[in-house]
Amino acid sequence: MSNNTYKLIQGNEACVEGALAAGMRFYAGYPITPSTEIAEISAQKLPVVDGKFIQMEDEIASIAAIIGGSLAGLKSMTATSGPGFSLMQENIGYAAIAEIPCVIVNVQRGGPSTGMPTSPAQGDVMQAKWGTHGDHPAVALTPNSVQETYEYTIKAFNIAEKYRTPVILLMDETVGHMREKLQFNDSSEIEIIDRKKPTCSPEEYMAYKPDEDMIPKMASFGEGYRYHVTGLTHGEDGFPTNNNEISGKLIQRITDKIEKNIDDMSYYDEYKMEDAEIAIVAYGGVSRSAKSAVDEIRKKGIKIGLFRPITIWPFLEKQIKSVSEKVDKIYVAEMNLGQYSLEVERVACKSCTVNKINKVNGELITPQEIIDAVTGGRE
Amino acid sequence: MFDKIEIRLSGSGGQGIILAAIILADAAIEQGINAIQTQSYGPEARGGASKAEVIINKNEINFPKVVTPNILLCLTQSSYDKYVASLDKNGILIVDECVNINMDADYKIYKLPILETAQSKLGTSMVANIISVGALYAIIGQDVISKDVMISSITHRVPPVTVNKNLDAFEEGIKLIKG
Amino acid sequence: MNCSDITKKYYRVQKLTHIWCPGCGHGTLMNTVIRAIDKLGLNKDDVVVVSGIGCSSRAPGYMDFNTLHTTHGRALAFATGIKMANPKLHVIVIMGDGDSSAIGGNHLIHAARRNIDITTIVFNNNIYGMTGGQYSPTTPTADFATTAPFGNIDVPFDLCKLAQGAGATFVGRATAYHAPLMQKLIEKGLQNKGFSFIEGLSLCPTYYGRKNKKGNAFNMHSYFKDNCVDLKVVQKNPEKGENKILIGEFFNGPKPEYTESYQVIVDKFKELRRD
Repeated sequence: MSNNTYKLIQGNEACVEGALAAGMRFYAGYPITPSTEIAEISAQKLPVVDGKFIQMEDEIASIAAIIGGSLAGLKSMTATSGPGFSLMQENIGYAAIAEIPCVIVNVQRGGPSTGMPTSPAQGDVMQAKWGTHGDHPAVALTPNSVQETYEYTIKAFNIAEKYRTPVILLMDETVGHMREKLQFNDSSEIEIIDRKKPTCSPEEYMAYKPDEDMIPKMASFGEGYRYHVTGLTHGEDGFPTNNNEISGKLIQRITDKIEKNIDDMSYYDEYKMEDAEIAIVAYGGVSRSAKSAVDEIRKKGIKIGLFRPITIWPFLEKQIKSVSEKVDKIYVAEMNLGQYSLEVERVACKSCTVNKINKVNGELITPQEIIDAVTGGRE
Repeated sequence: MFDKIEIRLSGSGGQGIILAAIILADAAIEQGINAIQTQSYGPEARGGASKAEVIINKNEINFPKVVTPNILLCLTQSSYDKYVASLDKNGILIVDECVNINMDADYKIYKLPILETAQSKLGTSMVANIISVGALYAIIGQDVISKDVMISSITHRVPPVTVNKNLDAFEEGIKLIKG
Repeated sequence: MNCSDITKKYYRVQKLTHIWCPGCGHGTLMNTVIRAIDKLGLNKDDVVVVSGIGCSSRAPGYMDFNTLHTTHGRALAFATGIKMANPKLHVIVIMGDGDSSAIGGNHLIHAARRNIDITTIVFNNNIYGMTGGQYSPTTPTADFATTAPFGNIDVPFDLCKLAQGAGATFVGRATAYHAPLMQKLIEKGLQNKGFSFIEGLSLCPTYYGRKNKKGNAFNMHSYFKDNCVDLKVVQKNPEKGENKILIGEFFNGPKPEYTESYQVIVDKFKELRRD
């Protein structure tokens, strides 16, 4: 792809373009609005690059299939929305404990249950972290534009491969369905990370023995290493164990490998924060409204800025803390009844006040609504 | 000259409203201007209300939705009834002849035989969307997007076997404004 | 090859002994899988064994192949991903009765419908053993289980008919007592290019046997010996099948295989990729 290639393209399409650029060669999914275009475009494009697509019988099967595909050596992805994301939860935990890299896209729509299939929402933020049972690492990235959807799908694959963990691309209907310009990166300039492979002999291979970076090397099934993979807590040889010490160490390690490398995956953006006395914290589609609102509110002489997390999980504790120490007030604007704001409050409440701007009617929060909330409706 | 145009196109599902919006946005970015296209739709693929929006802006576009359009296109009575109140009072209303409208308004009104022209001149109501694109282009003006760019965008976005018919429709749309 | 050579070659000897109760039929059935693989001379590196959750699903842990112990009911969905990603692998799925036909029933019928080249072996002991003896979709009506204390009112599945109806292209049934037949069916299943379904009737003296006064493992094996009759016999003498359990090869009807059909699509773009 040449450097100056660009295209008017939908967020969902940009997700597939990013996935293909990252090396996705297997997609399994089940149709669901508003993510279906990701399946349709994958079905069209994967066979062209010698990749594979399959439409499974449901979302549980879809994530199971991509875990299988990844274990057999292909970079794998599935995409869904709320109801399907709920169904996938058990196997997201499986991918976490068995340390199988994969990317799960959730184009958020109004919930709970069937909710509002064609309308945007951000109600799955906490689910992306706590949806599957047990303690586990969670990585979720939230793009706010077509361009970012492309770029952060690539990063999602890179994090998944590097850390051997499921990564969630937490989109919303606004970003998934909007069309804007996508500038394709020159393929030679895109950083692509692949999983570490063993170089030792099969006899010496310990499938779950971590290197110093806490991450074990991963052989693909069929490469001669013949190892065992299980969702039970397991030892470094991969076999189940009830040993409390080994089990505890495993859960600690899969959590630590993300938490202790948080700086390697902390993506965020700041706008007019240099002299800000008030900060809006917003992500995904809503952050675009927030940026417009910042410009408008500044016209009234109020020093306001925007902190926009792109990495939603792990939580950007350090950055939010530093914002809270700088400003008097934080407004968290999100299309739910207050989810990310809970984390912001936890970290920021000692240094500044935290206010919430919430909306769950299926419409994107508008700049005016943010302006009114911040200025008290004074016009 | 303009800084920002916000266009809302409305009609019923199946009229190609979204494609018309995509063509306008596509042409704008080809022209080197920022553009964003969004839509909202009900669950049905045909019939029902369809709404698509395009923002064309020389500056960065943040909030992606249109709140107060400068230009509103309504191909059906129900879409007019639903959206006319949102139109900027200095804006432009383009409606099909079949739509009964309140003529007592500040905004500029173009009441055009879009659906009739599609049927009589091109033999299919399927091209009403591209006739609308022609009319919109003629209103927005050549100084914003060149005609060549519009033609290229239509050519790339419509189904290959319908290119000629759609280019004819585009010309008919221009004629509805320029005579 | 004698028994101990086979054990050394195909089992992760250091992981034995297994978790199964004395008298359980699963070990015998697992061994028929091993012997079928040995008979066909498959390369161990090319064999993948996938399981779900339950007593049966512990089998792959003992077997020296690429082995994957997945979530309850989902083994076939994981296996589908593996087979799609690398069709050269011989993919074998071992499931239990509840695993395959209750929580995993949807995956079973769809894997069969696609005719994807996976050899599925169900160790059917008519009960949920791992959780302590609850009734499953194959527990006979009127039998007892911890969750059917007054007798089971459910009607059981005929798993072979279910798989065949859904599109499996090789279907057969044997028992832990009829081990040579079981081995033969697995060999044929592995050779079938498509979805093969082999039901292995197992026995659970600990829960199903005890709850239903079926006696010890010897008595339960004797029951299989006396009450099973091969389909070939019944076809000649239908009266011999009355009130008996049918075993044998039930269906063998090749159809286009899923990953091969997909490869045809991929190959259409081969020229394009070369450019």
